[in-house]
Amino acid sequence: MEGRLVVAVSPHIRAEMDTRKVMMGVLISLVPGIVAGVWFFRWHALVLLASCLAGTLSAEASACILRKKPSTLGDLSAAVTGVLLAMVLPPTLPFWAAFLGGVVAVGVGKQVFGGLGQNIFNPALVGRAFLMAAFPVLMTTWVAPGPEAVTVATPLALMKFDHKATPLLDLLVGKVGGCMGETSALALLIGGLFLVLKGYADWRIPLSYLGTVAVLGAIPWAFRPDLYPSPMFHLLAGGLMLGAWFMATDPVTTPVTKVGRYMFGIGAGVLVVVIRLWGGLPEGVMYSILLMNAVTPLIDRYTVPVPFGGKR
Amino acid sequence: MERREEVSRRPWYQEYLKGLWEENPIFRMLLGMCPTLAVTTSALNGLSMGLATTFVLTSTSLVVSIIRKLVPGQVRIATFTVIIATFVTVADLFLKAKFPAISKALGPYVPLIVVNCFILGRQEVFASKNPTGRSILDALGVGSGFIFALTLLGSIRELLGSGEVFGHEVIPGWHPWVVMILPAGAFLTLGFLVAAMNAIERTK
Repeated sequence: MEGRLVVAVSPHIRAEMDTRKVMMGVLISLVPGIVAGVWFFRWHALVLLASCLAGTLSAEASACILRKKPSTLGDLSAAVTGVLLAMVLPPTLPFWAAFLGGVVAVGVGKQVFGGLGQNIFNPALVGRAFLMAAFPVLMTTWVAPGPEAVTVATPLALMKFDHKATPLLDLLVGKVGGCMGETSALALLIGGLFLVLKGYADWRIPLSYLGTVAVLGAIPWAFRPDLYPSPMFHLLAGGLMLGAWFMATDPVTTPVTKVGRYMFGIGAGVLVVVIRLWGGLPEGVMYSILLMNAVTPLIDRYTVPVPFGGKR
Repeated sequence: MERREEVSRRPWYQEYLKGLWEENPIFRMLLGMCPTLAVTTSALNGLSMGLATTFVLTSTSLVVSIIRKLVPGQVRIATFTVIIATFVTVADLFLKAKFPAISKALGPYVPLIVVNCFILGRQEVFASKNPTGRSILDALGVGSGFIFALTLLGSIRELLGSGEVFGHEVIPGWHPWVVMILPAGAFLTLGFLVAAMNAIERTK
């Protein structure tokens, strides 16, 4: 009889999706961005990618050994963190700094809190924030795409400090200075749309995030187009595309309710525009997402859905 | 109102040793976090802060244990604070006169020893209830634990932040991690040290 009669509690239908599949989907959706990064920054991009992956994977493996837990390398989340981290670092960052960033991203950003699902902040952005504080000069040295590594300013820095606009087509394709995987808005958009259409990420966050930046960015531009960048520039420049599609949609560090996700996107969008236009830094995507990560538990608490027939 | 005497019954050397590990103010009790996080940008700063605090703690414990039967319970906190403030002034003026460079590096954190909570804590928990000899040993023990913690923290931050320890180059060609000198580095280092101490404690 045993084995033929199975009585189990609901749910009886299991979804095919598991962590490994979702992470695989994210990795696939990052391919266009990586290809663009490697195309523009050549071997710099490959070295960066390899060092970051080595950092995150070794930190994940050693944390599992230290905590006497089965290895979680197979769920690919550390690999996703490594690739995302490499994409938000300057291409010419030394390999040891990238490796350190990977170790901090997974070690301090994730494993200290208890592993995947427990972390408060997006691990890749924790790694970047650490590197930003540790090596401010290395982290703000940018090179132009192409075989010769010529130092340039990023489009956002040019806009902020010299009021010089970069052609929108260059921003769309990615032929500008910037982090390894953030320059080509088009490649990231393709990957992001894949992610959303396959259902791996919720469209509400990128929509509200990008929408808020566009609307808020348009207001000062409407009054002083000579001083402030256009909303299109806001959308295409810097790390906004990467952040909105791949980092603000991290299911662990963003709200679980639908209303909460709109709030997350709007809040992050406001922060980006405020930092870009009035802050001391040219770019604010990293801090906008990290700050909204910090208030995510609060958002979740205030947006608990009311069950049918229930009372608030 | 006479306070009940709760004399410690440990062997005398335990009064000193317990401060180093099981009642270490930083790693086990997490008291006095303000100087711990603020001044440990280098090993020397940590050591000087530790020594100044130990001086204040030991002198205060001495005086408080001598007068412990004269102080009414209602005003004991105020009395302890006045005694602490007296010795803090001594330490502050001494550093200013003899070691102006260190005094400048520690800045407002020397006068702020007054509000260091484990100094007051030792008076309340120990010196006001125990004879003078034991109180001095206890103060020296907790002070040594504090010196150990601050010097360790300062050494790690200085090593990673500049490749030096006590101003001597340890790792040639080290690329400084600026973050370790910043407040964030203090929190990170302290967190990892406390985690390491807990891990050691657990294996016992």
